[in-house]
Amino acid sequence: MDRAFTTGLAIFALLLIAPMALELMGAGYLSGLLIKAMLLAIAAISLNLLIAHGGMVSLGHAAFVAVGAYAAAIALESGIENILVLLAITLAVTAAVALVTGALALRTSGVYFLMITLAFGQMIFFTLSSLAAYGGDDGLTLWSLATLWGSDVVQNGSGLYFVILATMIAAWWGVHRISEARFGRVLRAARDNPQRTAIMGYNVKRYQLVAYVIAAMIAGVSGLLTMQHAEFVSPALAAWQRSGDLIVVVVLGGLSSRNGAILGAFFIVLAEEILSQFLHEWRLLYGPLLVVMVLYAKGGLSDLLSRPAKA
Amino acid sequence: MSLTLFLILVLNGIQYGILLFLIAAGLTLVFGVMGFINLAHGVQYMVGAYLVFAFYSMTGSFGLAMVLSLVTALAFGLFLEFFIFRHLYERSHLDQVLATFGIIIFLNELAKVVFGPTTLSIDPPEFLSGSVQLTEQLRYPVYRFATIIAGLVVAAALFAIVSYTRVGMLIRAGATSPEIVSALGVNIKRLFMIVFGVGAMLAGLAGVIAAPIFAIEPGMGDNILIVAFVVIITGGIGSIGGAFVAALLVGLIDTLGRSLSVELLSAVFSPSVANQIGPALASMLIYVLMAAILIFRPKGLLPARGVA
Repeated sequence: MDRAFTTGLAIFALLLIAPMALELMGAGYLSGLLIKAMLLAIAAISLNLLIAHGGMVSLGHAAFVAVGAYAAAIALESGIENILVLLAITLAVTAAVALVTGALALRTSGVYFLMITLAFGQMIFFTLSSLAAYGGDDGLTLWSLATLWGSDVVQNGSGLYFVILATMIAAWWGVHRISEARFGRVLRAARDNPQRTAIMGYNVKRYQLVAYVIAAMIAGVSGLLTMQHAEFVSPALAAWQRSGDLIVVVVLGGLSSRNGAILGAFFIVLAEEILSQFLHEWRLLYGPLLVVMVLYAKGGLSDLLSRPAKA
Repeated sequence: MSLTLFLILVLNGIQYGILLFLIAAGLTLVFGVMGFINLAHGVQYMVGAYLVFAFYSMTGSFGLAMVLSLVTALAFGLFLEFFIFRHLYERSHLDQVLATFGIIIFLNELAKVVFGPTTLSIDPPEFLSGSVQLTEQLRYPVYRFATIIAGLVVAAALFAIVSYTRVGMLIRAGATSPEIVSALGVNIKRLFMIVFGVGAMLAGLAGVIAAPIFAIEPGMGDNILIVAFVVIITGGIGSIGGAFVAALLVGLIDTLGRSLSVELLSAVFSPSVANQIGPALASMLIYVLMAAILIFRPKGLLPARGVA
């Protein structure tokens, strides 16, 4: 059991008792904040797989969150209420979209990959904006929510917090397993030296495409849960600024670390909350903070944590 | 669809394209020569617009305000280069994206605090107000003509500088292999600083020109930045000529698409369907263009030779 694993377990244990502890302290409203951070973390974990292991920097990843959310919301509107069925639909739709866009995007690499994923993200954004039957620009408020065979255990005020926590742990564990497996090693080899990897007999593009589809599916699940929590979906989920936020979370947390995406997500959500307590114009502090972090904390937050304190 | 309307649309498209070129020119040079992704380039455009607003209300003269704005925009660009960007050239693209994202957040908020969240506007200068009669039914604002001409002059000057002067030669050489240029005794840091300063000033100029046409508001640089990226990727990173062609292409496609998409779609679909998907399709067109070009010509339309 290495150190990163222990840190991860500690975070999950804290999150498990957090709702009860916050309730006792009379600050139950803060659990909404934790949900927000966990939803962000799930999407960031999937983007971390792409960026850190695959070397594929996508500026359109938030679009998959939106695709997942809309797929679930539209299925819900047409009468499917079981969350497991919605999950299957979300996974299928995001995988299909990712398969097509990924196959085209992977014809490029580097900065060009960044831009073509941005292009696909914008296309998805405008497509969702044009769905007049489902709210168009304004988004869609959901009047009924998903259930688990009729039970409301997967809804707000009930067990949704723990469902999201469990999903985050599953995503964390899954991405860890994938990156430790042979698949992850090939992916990293392809990131560092695609030609040599290809000569060794691996179909580099196919590995990258599979990673792209997996990441999109995890992001889609984050979208499904976002819909269930917010009881609302809108095209804003797919805005390119959201994809930018996801990159910020991943890089800020620390690329090479397993817990980086989670730390980054909690840092951003909590920093916003705390800074805005002091100053209404909290972005005046947040912007320079990002610049300073880049200039002086090169390995991200997780590196700051694990770096031995100077005597 | 009358010919007059079509002409107006084409002129508007060219004018939008020229504006995009002014922003994209700096972006593509900074990107091509220094390999630096500067997301904060869009806020330089916003800074230009706010500066001309502030100086215009202070001095009352558009010409003077324009000169003051350009000087300030240049100084501000050099300030950012010296204190922040210079330390990022050697870093990964991700770090550059993150740091410049931080600068966007800060400046957008600062604009909101100083000038308020509402949109501002200024009138075009006295001698450029009014419109010219082109054909019997067609009148077109003088100011928009002036922006087209100003943009073409800047484009020609830039092209001449990059193609025929010593500095331009160094810039092209720097884009290919900065280490060699540096080894030959050229002060590459100073070269980078010049390129960066000029790029910032051009974006500021675009902001100044745009101020009397579009609304001045916090965040106005964000969307145009993305379109400018579409332009430089479509044209080929580091290529001034490519940026020019792509900027006009994107400007025309976007402007014509927005006005004609519903009409064209009605020919195939029912009016309600056309009204629904037309606007979305129009907003999407430039991204479809970029994706298509990347799929078939991964280095853009007119790639600069030697740029990795």
